[in-house]
Amino acid sequence: MSETNQKLEDMRLKAVQGGGHRRIESQHKKGKLTARERIDILVDEGSFEEWDMFVEHRAVDFGMNNKKILGDGVVTGVGKVNGRTVFIFSQDFTVFGGSLSESHAKKILKVMEKAVQVGAPIIGLNDSGGARIQEGVASLGGYADVFYQNVLASGVVPQISMIMGPCAGGAVYSPAMTDFIFMVKDTSYMYVTGPDVVKTVTHENVTHEELGGAITHSSKSGVADCVFDNDIDSLIQLRKLLSFLPLNNKSSPPSFDSIDPNDRIETSLDTLIPDNSNKPYDMKELILKVIDEEDFFEIGQNYAKNIIIGFARVGGESVGIIANQPMVLAGCLDIESSVKAARFVRFCDCFNIPLVTFVDVPGFMPGTEQEYGGIIKHGAKLLFAYAEATVPKITIITRKAYGGAYDVMSSKHIKGDLNYAWPSAEIAVMGAKGAVEIIFREDLDNPEKIQKRTKEYEDNFANPYKAASLGFIDDIIFPKDTRKYIFNGLKLLKTKNISGVWKKHSNIPL
Amino acid sequence: MFKKVLIANRGEIACRIIKTLKKMDIKSVAVYSDPDKNSLHVKLADESCRIGEAHSSSSYLNIDNIVDACKSMNVDAVHPGYGFLSENVEFKKRLDKEGIKFIGPNELAIDIMGDKIRSKEVAKGCGVPTVPGNTDEVRDAKHAIKVSNEIGYPVMIKASAGGGGKGMRISYSDAETGESFDRARSEALSSFGDDRIFIEKFIENPRHIEIQVLADSHGNYLYLAERECSIQRRHQKVIEECPSPFINTTQRKLMGEKAVILAKEVNYVSAGTVEFIVDKDHNFYFLEMNTRLQVEHPVTEMVIGIDLVEWMIKIACGEKLNLKQNEIIIKGWAIESRIYAEDPFRGFLPSTGRVTKYITPTETENIRIDTGIYEGGEISIYYDPMIAKLCSWGNNRKEALKFMKDALNRYIVKGLQHNIPFLSSIMLNETFINGNLSTNFIQNEYPDGLTNYEEDNTDLSRIIALATLLNELSDNRLKINNNSNYLNQNSIFLVEYNKKKYDVRIRREGAYEKVLISNDLSNIANVKINNEEFNFCIYWDFFSPIVKVLVNKEEFFFQIQKEDFGYKIYNNGFEIYPKVLPYRNAHLQEYMPEKVDQDRSNFLISPMPGLLVSISVKVGQSVKEGESLVVVEAMKMENVLRAERDVTIKSIKHNTGSSLAVDEVIMEFE
Repeated sequence: MSETNQKLEDMRLKAVQGGGHRRIESQHKKGKLTARERIDILVDEGSFEEWDMFVEHRAVDFGMNNKKILGDGVVTGVGKVNGRTVFIFSQDFTVFGGSLSESHAKKILKVMEKAVQVGAPIIGLNDSGGARIQEGVASLGGYADVFYQNVLASGVVPQISMIMGPCAGGAVYSPAMTDFIFMVKDTSYMYVTGPDVVKTVTHENVTHEELGGAITHSSKSGVADCVFDNDIDSLIQLRKLLSFLPLNNKSSPPSFDSIDPNDRIETSLDTLIPDNSNKPYDMKELILKVIDEEDFFEIGQNYAKNIIIGFARVGGESVGIIANQPMVLAGCLDIESSVKAARFVRFCDCFNIPLVTFVDVPGFMPGTEQEYGGIIKHGAKLLFAYAEATVPKITIITRKAYGGAYDVMSSKHIKGDLNYAWPSAEIAVMGAKGAVEIIFREDLDNPEKIQKRTKEYEDNFANPYKAASLGFIDDIIFPKDTRKYIFNGLKLLKTKNISGVWKKHSNIPL
Repeated sequence: MFKKVLIANRGEIACRIIKTLKKMDIKSVAVYSDPDKNSLHVKLADESCRIGEAHSSSSYLNIDNIVDACKSMNVDAVHPGYGFLSENVEFKKRLDKEGIKFIGPNELAIDIMGDKIRSKEVAKGCGVPTVPGNTDEVRDAKHAIKVSNEIGYPVMIKASAGGGGKGMRISYSDAETGESFDRARSEALSSFGDDRIFIEKFIENPRHIEIQVLADSHGNYLYLAERECSIQRRHQKVIEECPSPFINTTQRKLMGEKAVILAKEVNYVSAGTVEFIVDKDHNFYFLEMNTRLQVEHPVTEMVIGIDLVEWMIKIACGEKLNLKQNEIIIKGWAIESRIYAEDPFRGFLPSTGRVTKYITPTETENIRIDTGIYEGGEISIYYDPMIAKLCSWGNNRKEALKFMKDALNRYIVKGLQHNIPFLSSIMLNETFINGNLSTNFIQNEYPDGLTNYEEDNTDLSRIIALATLLNELSDNRLKINNNSNYLNQNSIFLVEYNKKKYDVRIRREGAYEKVLISNDLSNIANVKINNEEFNFCIYWDFFSPIVKVLVNKEEFFFQIQKEDFGYKIYNNGFEIYPKVLPYRNAHLQEYMPEKVDQDRSNFLISPMPGLLVSISVKVGQSVKEGESLVVVEAMKMENVLRAERDVTIKSIKHNTGSSLAVDEVIMEFE
């Protein structure tokens, strides 16, 4: 090998060692993989091309001029996942604790900019101690540059953040602006201020895990969309998620041949709805039985469980599923579930993923907690998101569709494209009991009369026929045929085209 | 012949009777209680009629309601099935009074055989052997020896007040009897405060073998071989077979003739069963006679080749039997497995609820399925938790066992717990395979129910190979610009299961370089696992939950379910979920922290899915063992969960009104 080539070989070898053998070992001991090992799992074999391997920081203060490591704590580049391009930055905790310097930020910006130009997703694997303190405000500037680029990329290409180590302080806001945040159990945490500061300021004693661990963010705060047991599991699942998404906002999600018959009849769905309308049933059974091959990628599984969201395919094409879950809080809409679903609806709308909505909603959650928390504004987010969405929208009402929540859940009035109801649907302002107690207030002391009136109300309104007679639903279908209707609907709506009024952007009630 | 018959029953037996009625061109009428209104038997019958509320006493056991149904539906006859009113004299009398034919025996037979003491007296009277001994008190050791000799050794010396094995002694000789008597008496006194003792025959390794009899109203009697029903759990039969591996032609004749003698003694008409207990020396003793169709009748039908229900109907119409005893020939071997909604991993707790998935093997001449449910149906808390009876037939016992094993592997029931894993395990049990049956079988072989899987290495390797292949096939589909539906030429994987690692190498057979997977396509691969080599041929369509696999040309059936990381594979009663990693990344797995299963003793776990109705404790409260913690409502039953030891409540994870999944943590203890 010529001397020049040998030099390159040597430099590369050096760069690949990152923070060195000892730090790699320590990373492994923590149950974490190195930045390059993670990329290797994420991408197809041999497909990764690294950029900026030779970038170093330019800091001179605090003796930093003597401490330089090739790559400066982040591995960036482009690779393929199942043959499709993705841009990646993977922070290297073995180099300066993965801290973000000006150069480190520039490397990230470079891949992000290119991703937007090329039209391919941006995957960030976050494992960083925070700002490079030695660089001071230059590092903060780096963060802000990344934030700005996140905003530019938002809605253009999918951005996915995988938190695989610490992510604290200002660093949290880049993932926060991406489309999905995944976290790894036990080895990752995210917070604005750490336990020590919390203790000083508020005198609360709290651990890293309790304050910002994967379980906290996936079940309490809703910040994390999915959590996985370890690095390998997370990256394998990330590959899977990408298979449901398009590369950018101008293309469609990939479609796959499915052997699952499009007109598959599921007779068991005819008995899914219990006789007693107050008895819960598992909405997930319906989802699994109508989608292709029972393959459902659920988002936010442990947060606001009264609404189910996630990706699936019907007839080989990606769809976003939104469904009330009667098993939890009777499937009502509250602050958390509204926000969870609203953000998902907007993501799908950004990226041309049709929405399939299953409705069994008794209304909005009542109570001071909800009102003080601003359910009015938060509920409005979901309403706004559905109304604004121009992707194909198919709605199936399985049972209750009461009150304002009926309007919100992709109803005809906010331009649902195809709205179907099962024969068990009850589309009404409210449940019969509540309604009768208001309309026939004068009969309240006469239980016999009230019972009669309740029956009357049930007969008139606890069904889909009133709504059907007004054209609010397009058809009443047998539950067993649901898959067929969804498949046909998606096929029909593939060429749906609506253009709105010109505006700079709308003003969703944030 | 009857024009219309009402079936005073539900579930699989009602469905089974309707099948025969259809064959005979007789109109069928199903009856149902409220929770049964969408049941399979109602769907299958020509007509149906509601007979009342859920509880049997107001529906299936309510004579008035059923007779009203008969009258309003204008039926000629009633088939009672088994259980419910099938052995109820009052029902039979009432039908007679109303001029409706009861498809079954006469009053006298039902009456006598329904009485444990009278039936034994009648049996004794006509020379049918009964278990020697009586419950008279034995006075002293000398008397004990005298009684023992009258009964014949071995004998069981028992405390009158006994229970739980206390005060029970087995004796094989006079010498033992004297000593055992004294010890049994003192034990009885100290345990129960009652020293009365009696002696009865001790039957070693008892087997439950019964004779099917069939009699017409013209005095013709037949015995239709025996059924062995020794595999029982708490007196509930689990597996039955016909013939019995313990009975030879001579004994069959002997027992059959005794059964017929007894049937004649009570002028028996219709199908009936005489149950015997058989000891290890082939001595048999009369237990009881069931004056109805038995649950396990299909095994007799498969081996003898007649339809017992059809004959019951014909006989009730006065027809003559057209077969002679010497024309009854045993052909092949049949086995029945009763599939129950009960959890073999949790002490056989009954399980109820919606059946979310139900796929049975196809019925063939080797497989018969008597089922009362369908996918989307429900196993309710009100009735017997039987889901189905799965029967297999082969030329011999070995073949019948093989068919049963495969059919169990292909039987899919989801949404509730069931005993198929347990049945599968029995099919692989050495003692069972060898035919060494006894009514103690389950107690001896499965003292703690179904527990750990004794891994057979070849079995496990096969499953790991399959998991790897399926994973690779489905992963390949996600690749863009790839003729994806086939295996790569050569792939290496590392598979992890149960903390062990397996090196799996797949090599596609040259001849099938580009075979697409389709409905009936074979994908052949050579799989090498830790140097053990297999030739695999997979029949799968990416969609079916059942995969047929030829491993080195031997056929296997596996149930599979796609999971986040590969496939969960079910076979022979056990679920295995190996994790498949591409070889290039596999070495990294060793850095992944092991997630320890939470120590769950500090948690109150919901044993079933249900609704948290009430919480009777507060955080910080100390609770004594046995005190109530919460009430969980499942299927309208309120289940009180109690403290299993003295605990202090650390935290409560749910509020009243929460729905709980099975295994969900309700509260944590200090």
